[in-house]
Amino acid sequence: MTSSVRSHAVPDSEVLDNALGLLLLNWNPPEYRIVNADSAVASAMEAPISGTSGSPRRLVYRHRLPIRIMHWINVIALSLMLFSGLQIFNAHPSLYWGNRSDPGKAWLSLGARQDAAGHLVGITRIGHHQFTTTGVLGVSTGSDGMPAVRGFPSWLTVPGPGWLALGRRWHFFFAWVFVLNGLCYVGYSLATRHLQRDLWPTRRDWRGIGRSILDHLRFKHPHGSEALRYNILQRLAYLIVIFIFGVGIVLMGLAMSPRMDAVLWPLVEVVGGRQSARTIHFIIAWAFVAFVLVHVFEVLISGLFNQLRGMISGYFMIDAGVTDGAEEDSGQDDAAMPDAVVPAEERIHD
Amino acid sequence: MTDRRSFLRMTIMGATSVIVAGCDRISQSNWGPKVLGTAEGLNHRVQALLSPSSAMAREYSDADISAVFRPNGTIMPSTPTYQTLLANQFRDYKLQVDGMVSRPLMLSIDDLKKLDTRSQITRHDCVEGWSVIGKWQGTLLSAVLDHAGVDPQARFVVFHCFDDMDQGTPYYESVDISEARHPQTLLAFSLNDKPLPVPNGAPLRLRVSRQLGYKQAKYLRRIELVRSFATIGEGHGGYWEDQGYEWYAGI
Repeated sequence: MTSSVRSHAVPDSEVLDNALGLLLLNWNPPEYRIVNADSAVASAMEAPISGTSGSPRRLVYRHRLPIRIMHWINVIALSLMLFSGLQIFNAHPSLYWGNRSDPGKAWLSLGARQDAAGHLVGITRIGHHQFTTTGVLGVSTGSDGMPAVRGFPSWLTVPGPGWLALGRRWHFFFAWVFVLNGLCYVGYSLATRHLQRDLWPTRRDWRGIGRSILDHLRFKHPHGSEALRYNILQRLAYLIVIFIFGVGIVLMGLAMSPRMDAVLWPLVEVVGGRQSARTIHFIIAWAFVAFVLVHVFEVLISGLFNQLRGMISGYFMIDAGVTDGAEEDSGQDDAAMPDAVVPAEERIHD
Repeated sequence: MTDRRSFLRMTIMGATSVIVAGCDRISQSNWGPKVLGTAEGLNHRVQALLSPSSAMAREYSDADISAVFRPNGTIMPSTPTYQTLLANQFRDYKLQVDGMVSRPLMLSIDDLKKLDTRSQITRHDCVEGWSVIGKWQGTLLSAVLDHAGVDPQARFVVFHCFDDMDQGTPYYESVDISEARHPQTLLAFSLNDKPLPVPNGAPLRLRVSRQLGYKQAKYLRRIELVRSFATIGEGHGGYWEDQGYEWYAGI
């Protein structure tokens, strides 16, 4: 499965090797004729490449350096906030709606009971439904190798053993990293018009939404210059993740702060109370996980090496000879004139 | 299929285990918790900016009060001094106020009731994540401080408690003068219109309405005004702070 996917994006091993070299070392082989993006004109950012298959390929400078750095900082911050957040959750592995956490009123709880033989059984309760989740939720192997009562297992929490005080330190440290990185991202994206140009859906994007959904369902991805443009589903996903998930999870985190509630109480009331805020914070955290899973899946099926190189070195390869189905305007031009000048704003996707 | 699924699970578990193990090494190092702990100062400063020191904690209605105010930590101090006071229904109880004050005091609950008191229905948020709502009645800490006359050099109010934690370490807490003088900071003697029950800190406990539960010291024995808490306990300003929790518990 994996190999066919890779060859789909980068059809021959020679190109693959070169791609790997670029990925790891940002090495520019002479035949690639890449001109540094910082220099002069937009058209210089790309260079035609002839693969052995004969179809011309071009490396295009796609993601600017600040965006690449912010992307990977975000990967680290989100991961550590998830793991330390689950550590904090484990201190009271139940969720409620409202302001209070009344006993017996949790809508979700991870707990344990003993079976007839005295073994611990992990129980996940959602509303009135109970599930046995021994080994992962409720009861899992502790650091001493014995089954222990704990919400999420030690391989999903930072620190691994139950250690709320340190979990909070990890969480708040990376919360600041996440917030400052996010503010830099939004500021930079507004200033460079990345947000307005690449993320805000155009009328053409909206018209193509049906087609885009079908393409995604068939795992069909463009390889020509259309691959450089975010499609409508990408645009919507990124906007929702940044402005609803990102802003929402920070606000719900702050809504749990007793000091902040002195001024944020109207927001706390709107969402139903402090325990509701804790619930929403938890749900958005898993929505981030769902987004990351889809994001990584799309990266895998649209060319892992190419996409990774794009987010590490900035350079992304496209098939200049391919006319993408979804594309109406530029594909043929690209095939006919590999050096055609296409404005930078159509290219740089950061 | 099952093979592939278990392979996937092993891969994910393996990957996260490596991350978790790396983080555990940082958590156990000398520098790790210190670097991570820098967020506390940032939290304190930025929250004070966004939520001014005069901002009031939300107060609730009678209908919002929890049926049971869940106690946490010590629910029955075992020290002989406390047991003697309890046997006599706290009639001999006196709160000691000393340190950097011009007039050291010994105050009974009745003495406290003669100072400015306040009643408030506020939410109690435990560091573990749960919340309960209760109605508190108590003396404004600021009234006690005014009565004792605080040295302008004093920066913190330290609360010494009757209950011993592990290995006989007495519980203690501290807040700064600004938090101590907040109108919702009380020395509470009543919960839900009844004398404070033993599990909730009888006969007197602290209420700091905009901080987490571990700041709300129960079983108050003595209030001490200090310039620094570096020589008290292990020097971090409270029993749980000495175990690695933040002194600023506003989040």
